[in-house]
Amino acid sequence: MGRTLAEKLWEGHLVRSAAGEPDLLYIDMHLIHEVTSPQAFEGLRLAGRGVRRPDLTLATEDHNVPTTDIFAPIADPVSRIQVETLRSNCAEFGITLYPMGDAEQGIVHVIGPQLGITQPGMTIVCGDSHTSTHGAFGALAFGIGTSQVEHVMATQTLPMDRPKTMAVTVNGELAPGVTPKDVILAVIAKTGTGGGQGYMVEYRGEAFEAMSMEGRMTVCNMSIEWGARAGMIAPDQTTFDYLKGRPHAPVGAEWDAAVEYWTTLRTDSDATFDAEVVLDAAEVSPFVTWGTNPGQGAPLSSRVPDPSEFAVESDRVAAEKALAYMGLQAGTPLRDITVDTVFVGSCTNGRIEDLRATAAVLKGHKVAAGVRMLVVPGSMRVKAQAESEGLDAIFIEAGAEWRQAGCSMCLGMNPDQLASGERSASTSNRNFEGRQGKGGRTHLVSPLVAAATAITGHLASPAEL
Amino acid sequence: MEKFTVHTGRAVPLRRSNVDTDQIIPAVYLKRVTRTGFEDALFQTWRANEPDFVLNQERFRGATVLVAGPDFGTGSSREHAVWALKDYGFKVVISPRFADIFRGNSLKAGLLTVMLAEKIVQRLLDDIEADPGTEVTIDLTERQVRWPGEVHGFELDDYTRWRLLEGLDDIGLTLRDTGSIDRFEDGRKSWLPRLATR
Repeated sequence: MGRTLAEKLWEGHLVRSAAGEPDLLYIDMHLIHEVTSPQAFEGLRLAGRGVRRPDLTLATEDHNVPTTDIFAPIADPVSRIQVETLRSNCAEFGITLYPMGDAEQGIVHVIGPQLGITQPGMTIVCGDSHTSTHGAFGALAFGIGTSQVEHVMATQTLPMDRPKTMAVTVNGELAPGVTPKDVILAVIAKTGTGGGQGYMVEYRGEAFEAMSMEGRMTVCNMSIEWGARAGMIAPDQTTFDYLKGRPHAPVGAEWDAAVEYWTTLRTDSDATFDAEVVLDAAEVSPFVTWGTNPGQGAPLSSRVPDPSEFAVESDRVAAEKALAYMGLQAGTPLRDITVDTVFVGSCTNGRIEDLRATAAVLKGHKVAAGVRMLVVPGSMRVKAQAESEGLDAIFIEAGAEWRQAGCSMCLGMNPDQLASGERSASTSNRNFEGRQGKGGRTHLVSPLVAAATAITGHLASPAEL
Repeated sequence: MEKFTVHTGRAVPLRRSNVDTDQIIPAVYLKRVTRTGFEDALFQTWRANEPDFVLNQERFRGATVLVAGPDFGTGSSREHAVWALKDYGFKVVISPRFADIFRGNSLKAGLLTVMLAEKIVQRLLDDIEADPGTEVTIDLTERQVRWPGEVHGFELDDYTRWRLLEGLDDIGLTLRDTGSIDRFEDGRKSWLPRLATR
């Protein structure tokens, strides 16, 4: 019987497999950052162990770095200690680190792909749940905890129980103005936040095939938001074209050999999945969240739902609680919701195409009075590229703030936060209570909706401008 | 990881149920960058606000066994909860029931969590309160808990017991078979990315 892409990737990395024990998987690339690595390094030191493959380990500073004044000492002492600890650990164990201010610094899930370090057929892990982003290249990529970070450092392997497989198929063509972010938000709203629990998910069908690599990364990035262990898309010509010529991509005869191998990384026609979700691309329209988890979303053209209409008791209670936190009334058109902050950035939507899309909408317009708009590039390379295309001038001209690279307001570990009661339209991945700042209220949106919302001051799509 | 065979020590009676990991170690301590030195954080809220809290009582000072009510370790999966208990000096926690994630974390990190029937835990609590000098023995070889006048068996799967007796953490286990890892590495594709090391 044929095998799925996920099964091929899993079996291609088995160091050991025995009944009654977890499989031992080899890890091709370990990405680390300042927040989830310090105790892992400390654990190594306490046990007198080293890093087995520093050449397969890459570090960056992203989670709590400031996005202004990056050459001044970090004001928050806790953030400063975490960043300084990462620097001394990387020096001690011989690991490449891209620190704040470096041309290669950026969000860990943005820099891997742009350096050509993320390639089809690899296993990639990181102490961050959005590691699934790298699955867009046909890699097996997932987030891990600090003990597992230490395990990978010491052994370059990970003991893991094999998850089941699931296909998410979206057939047909997306309408103009409908983006990959809308697709994944619609998938999550359909499946619920636990729908992918225990699965490695493959996104299939014409809608994903037609997406750029950056769009595919947005989709795979949010796999964890519906509980999936990993998300992936089979590599194709789009993948190869993106990779070719990048700093770590193979060259010459190795490139040809790599492409030949990568071409085999697809689900066999006679393979079966343990579960399948199907969606019609024509059903997807600009999508936004109204609640406090990524599954509480609805088409922008609809209204805030009435909790009493939820069939399942727990969904009803969750919706009531969410509306109370969000300060929303059932039945309010989503388009009538006004915001004070718009955030464009994060590992979900902080890449160059996202900034181009945002700039294309903003051009010739002004950010509405009373609205603060932050545009935070996902990496210093994205920043440089945007500036070479003049996008920064469009943002600044419109009245937005143009920042340095980092995770920023996605999780508010740095000073970029919402104040209590403030409401944002955010291109990030989580709308949990307090995620962007204590008491802050988040609506997840695509870059197009973020830009239109900034101009109008209420949730909007570019079609309304 | 230190091997665990037999441990004998005095015990602290924590007569509370549903002790969640936020009580074991408040979230504010999660911002630290170290793996050790969490002893000050253990039960910090209770130690700071309740003068009579068991860990504040001189008569239980130096105890190495924590005896608690049912459902110990619920809530957040933070591994710091186990680190804090170990750093404080506890080798064993006895309770009628543990939360799954906490129990998994503890056994992986070498803190032995022992489940005994609620009735038996009650007697143990009574005995150590009556005489804080009571020595409790936890014998992993025999899978028994013993204190004066009492002997009780406990359950632990063979694999975990073997791992604790040998003092093997997951990393130690994997490192016993580096030959397999070496062989796998020999067969990796030549074009896979590598970074400069310093």
